[in-house]
Amino acid sequence: MIALIDYGAGNIESVANALNDLNARFVITNNEKEILDADKIIFPGVGEASYAVKRLHLLNLFSFLQMTNKPLLGICLGMQLLCCRSAEGNVSCLGVFPGSTEIFDNTKTKVPHMGWNQVEILKQSKLFNGIPDKSFFYFAHSYYVPLNQFSTARTNHETFFSASCERDNFYGVQFHPEKSGEAGIQLIKNFIEKC
Amino acid sequence: MVSKRIIPCLDVKDGRVVKGTNFVNLRDAGSAVELAERYYKEGADELVFLDITATEEKRKTLVELVTAVAKAIRIPFTVGGGISTLEDIDVLLKAGADKISLNSSIVKNPELITQAAGRFGSQAVVAAIDVKTINNSYKVFIKGGKEETALEGIQWCNRVTELGAGEILLTSMDRDGTRNGYDLNLLTTVVKNVSIPVIASGGAGSQKDFLDAFVTANVDACLAAGLFHYNELGIADLKKYLTENNIRVRT
Repeated sequence: MIALIDYGAGNIESVANALNDLNARFVITNNEKEILDADKIIFPGVGEASYAVKRLHLLNLFSFLQMTNKPLLGICLGMQLLCCRSAEGNVSCLGVFPGSTEIFDNTKTKVPHMGWNQVEILKQSKLFNGIPDKSFFYFAHSYYVPLNQFSTARTNHETFFSASCERDNFYGVQFHPEKSGEAGIQLIKNFIEKC
Repeated sequence: MVSKRIIPCLDVKDGRVVKGTNFVNLRDAGSAVELAERYYKEGADELVFLDITATEEKRKTLVELVTAVAKAIRIPFTVGGGISTLEDIDVLLKAGADKISLNSSIVKNPELITQAAGRFGSQAVVAAIDVKTINNSYKVFIKGGKEETALEGIQWCNRVTELGAGEILLTSMDRDGTRNGYDLNLLTTVVKNVSIPVIASGGAGSQKDFLDAFVTANVDACLAAGLFHYNELGIADLKKYLTENNIRVRT
């Protein structure tokens, strides 16, 4: 059973549709007990970081997510919230990945970074099993996670940033696998079956 | 580097796709969900749905359509047509749309852009702008091209960017449905002025028109409707042509 966390920040329906494609068993929830009963957690997110952090505190999920030892996949804002801080609203985040998110420089490039871009695998990861290096994934974001020791893939948008990070049971992807065609579905399948 | 996008646009009326010329003379082009699935399989990067009969009563139909489309495809899509409140946006995003296109409502209430971007993120907010040449100036039109406003098109593009829109969908009403190519002068100026992605719309008639918009105007995406709906141009063939001409597209 997968807990798909609905904390009022995101495109839950699209992730649920992708899980249905894979016949995965899941529950959409923000209830701590239900999340505790699940084997894995998907932590999506679209929207503004400080609003999302506030929601996590209000729902009493902040500390729980920091401490969990279940495999957890953060998607887009979900991955950014796994960092120590976010420059978006200058807010303290979950602290799984080091450092702070940063905003793309709109004097050098288009912001948001919107569209399909190639993901270059840096370290072997179960998440990218069977997915060719430099496959295209769909991105839609203005803030990014800088490269760090936990980065497993990178993408370039004027600067290189973390397309994915991985630390112990925590996985994060900046792109939207649920909107990235077959490569994206494969990645979600890998999380379900291999992580 | 992010790749250039090809976006089929589906003008929807009661769940059917329709297409006209210069915003009139509508022709039926099939079921919206079936066409969406076809474009997904053919390699479209994204889809845009514009509800051209959007009224209060039809709102529920639009939500049903968004739900069905979200189940059918695994690429992002934008929905527009008559959206004027944060509640409308919330419902459509929750049904599975990735972005909302705002047109008439932001002319009347520009603050809606800022409010929507603050709540849902700029990446979810597309400012759709329809312009028509009147006395050598680009005039902004609303209500599906029926009503002229006092706004000048290029200035309005700058303004929606400042207000927090994540993308501009810029349609030349002069070119719409004519197949005479995109309005490169208009697009070139706007792309130079704004820091957000710009989608070219109105006038695509050949592969070369897409190439010109990417090379000459440096737009981020090209939108077309009739050309794709009636199988005059395949998305795979178009992408092959663009790749051969050194345009970076997702293949």
